[in-house]
Amino acid sequence: MLSYLLRRLTWSAATLLVMSLLVFAGVYAIGNPVDLLINPQADQAEIARATALLGLDRPLWEQYWLFFRGALGGDLGISFAASVPAIDLILERMPATLELALTAMLIAVGLGIPLGLFAGLHPQSWLARSIMTLSTIGFALPTFWVGLMLIMVFSVQLGWLPTTGRGATVDVLGVPLSVLTADGLRHLLLPATTLALFKLALLIRLTRAGTQDAMLQDYVRYARAKGLSESAVVRSHVLPNILIPIVTVAGLELGSLIAFAIVTETVFAWPGMGKLLIDSINVLDRPVIVAYLLATVCLFILINLLVDLLYAALDPRVQSGTTR
Amino acid sequence: MGSRVGEMIAGTTPIPAPLPKGEAFLGISSSSGGGSGWGWFKTNSLFWAAVVACLLTSTNTPAAELRIGLSGEVTSLDPHLLASQPNLTVGRHVFESLTDVDPQTRLIPGLAERWHAIDTTTWEFKLRRGVKFHDGSPFTAEDAAFSLTRPLSIKGSPGGFAAYVRAIASTTVVDAHTLRVKTKYPYGALPEDLNSILIVSKKHAQNAGPEDFDAGRATVGTGPYKFVRYQRGDRLELARNDQWWGKAPAWDKVTLRVIPADPSRTASLLSGELDAIEHVPSADINNLNKNNALRVLKTTSWRTILLHLDQYRAQPPGVTDLNGKPLAANPFMDQRVRRAISKAINRSAIAERVMEGLAVPAANIVSPGVFGYNSALKAEPYDPEGAKRLLAEAGYPNGFRVTLAGPNNRYINDEQVLQTVAQLLTRVGIQTRVEAAPMSAFLGRVRKEETSFALLGWGSFAADLSLRSLVATPNADKGYGAWNWGRYANLKVDALMEQALGTVDRAKREALAREAGTLAMQDLAFIPLHHQVVSWAMRANLNYVPRTDEFTFAHHFTPR
Repeated sequence: MLSYLLRRLTWSAATLLVMSLLVFAGVYAIGNPVDLLINPQADQAEIARATALLGLDRPLWEQYWLFFRGALGGDLGISFAASVPAIDLILERMPATLELALTAMLIAVGLGIPLGLFAGLHPQSWLARSIMTLSTIGFALPTFWVGLMLIMVFSVQLGWLPTTGRGATVDVLGVPLSVLTADGLRHLLLPATTLALFKLALLIRLTRAGTQDAMLQDYVRYARAKGLSESAVVRSHVLPNILIPIVTVAGLELGSLIAFAIVTETVFAWPGMGKLLIDSINVLDRPVIVAYLLATVCLFILINLLVDLLYAALDPRVQSGTTR
Repeated sequence: MGSRVGEMIAGTTPIPAPLPKGEAFLGISSSSGGGSGWGWFKTNSLFWAAVVACLLTSTNTPAAELRIGLSGEVTSLDPHLLASQPNLTVGRHVFESLTDVDPQTRLIPGLAERWHAIDTTTWEFKLRRGVKFHDGSPFTAEDAAFSLTRPLSIKGSPGGFAAYVRAIASTTVVDAHTLRVKTKYPYGALPEDLNSILIVSKKHAQNAGPEDFDAGRATVGTGPYKFVRYQRGDRLELARNDQWWGKAPAWDKVTLRVIPADPSRTASLLSGELDAIEHVPSADINNLNKNNALRVLKTTSWRTILLHLDQYRAQPPGVTDLNGKPLAANPFMDQRVRRAISKAINRSAIAERVMEGLAVPAANIVSPGVFGYNSALKAEPYDPEGAKRLLAEAGYPNGFRVTLAGPNNRYINDEQVLQTVAQLLTRVGIQTRVEAAPMSAFLGRVRKEETSFALLGWGSFAADLSLRSLVATPNADKGYGAWNWGRYANLKVDALMEQALGTVDRAKREALAREAGTLAMQDLAFIPLHHQVVSWAMRANLNYVPRTDEFTFAHHFTPR
């Protein structure tokens, strides 16, 4: 397990290194952030001064070396646009994104597994057919459009929910959370639903396929032969078996939810990391872009680790210590 | 007029006339979002009861609140960090400058009651007396002098407020309410430049960094609103400064929300979560105009959209003959070709159709009403035949090929404008290919001199300031022509512009600036396309004086 962990960490570090190199080269190739940030009335001398001030006049390798040295000491640089440490900007926005992604995952899992299970158990019923049709639609619709439609229907036409922004927050151990207030939940519902839709469709399909497959297995037949009721068969034989792939996929998809949140955050003006990334890319705010990638990679590592642990808990074969 | 809360109560409650059915639907949501109204109460009596109740609460509550949707991301509350419009917008609620401008961009007194030039390099500013910072401490010339030097000493700022104070040699505090500013050279535009320098409290800002402003510790100004709470990327909450020297704003509480996504900003106004939004998307203007619960206000913005033409390279990139071979000479250097391009562009069609009314055809370097504008210059009429004749005369009877570059995320409908211009030019024989890219990538290409025909938007308080950046022969020592991408060079224009900027007498300076701008435009230093129109949408019971400089100020909204 330890060597596995070490291998993983090495890989993550390598990923990080390559990513930061790509960002540096990419921003360098696109242009000078100063051109975008500088006051238009600035003259050549002022542009040169600002460029030097940000260290952008140095050769690329030197800029990267300076970043690398700082990063080893935990300093990812100062945001060009906000002039505060880039990592602070990311951490400030992270709770909003995590809260959104986790709520979306909760919706996707909470609805997806029961619906998929039903569709798998009663594939011929009209309800199962409608569920499957809806899941196809969930796959097909672009997030941007879904978000706007939800806003138009539930906020503009019906006036039930707020259109944009994050609601009131309460501090839990210094982390501002909005899921714990009524206002916060009202603000969270639409963006979380928008974000959840695609994953919901995925989980429905995954659960249905798993269920249909499991129902044909010998252990289900034996369980039935043993005289167990149908619900007991599903509860203690089908569900535990199909849960393993679902947990893996859901875990991996949580990572992509955090990344996918960018579009949803833009539509709903949700002050998360994704919105920050878009703004930073627009002005080539390199330290923030790098810090964002670093934070995301770390999140992925963490999530993968948790998934492995959950996996081990669910599957006795993994628990016994045999490494894959 | 009607700016006090008391007057608001006295004012009649505007009960809207019954709306056609489709609009009533929007009517209820836009007036109910702030309070208790729920959309499903559509039974007629309940509907009107809800509308009236909401209107009553919105006009009768002592705590009048205004919620505005801004279109651009605010990066910092430090007023000297980044000279971007969103940052300045929020900054101007809390802080003020020595000189101010009215909605038509003309200079008016700010924290300085009056100013004059003692000689060609010395300006004296008489500061307003009795002005207090939000913490109660008095505003003095010390604070003003400090604020004028802070942009140069601030660390890690790429934003270049330094550009506004570069002409200053020294500042002298004569007494608590008199500040003298010595310039390095005769400089008539100092009052314009100082409009962009917000005055901070020396006591609070002396040792403060951007994080102190973001947290509110140093966000202590003299302006109409006090800092309450800032959440980056989301909102800034403000409370009225009752000690303000100006006319008391109507709103006790102001929330500035940042919603860059156009459809979402409009939706937030429609749902009633916002009272007003800036930069109405051109696609929504007509619909919002038809909605009786809302109104849209517009004015010509100071932003002029123009096309820079390479006038320094013998063979500019992307410019070839019809077979893709290099031309013998750079066609843009021939004034007849520039004129032909100008004649080939149907400006009124672009303004009406592509821009959906959000543009005014341009012939000037600055917008109507701006210092140095020449109303005698008329936009070049659409004349494709004349364009073809001029091209033939210049030796290109069959035309040539060019590549037109520009941004696709910066100005109103910028990519569509590029495409339309390209089609119009192709019609007269100049086969034009469009290369549109996000501003970041586009500017990168411009700086690497990979473009020869490119679109740019520019806004300024004065024609001579615009000329200095856009048209003056590039000269790094003097700081001229930093945005003169085509390196247009005209000694006569340079001389007039320099003379204008060096003149402290405003009337004389404006005449010189106007002459310089006219000369540059008659020679087509660049091709002016249009002045953008800037728009605001708000509840029908609000009023705003649309500003040429595009700023959105809560304290300028009034109930009506």
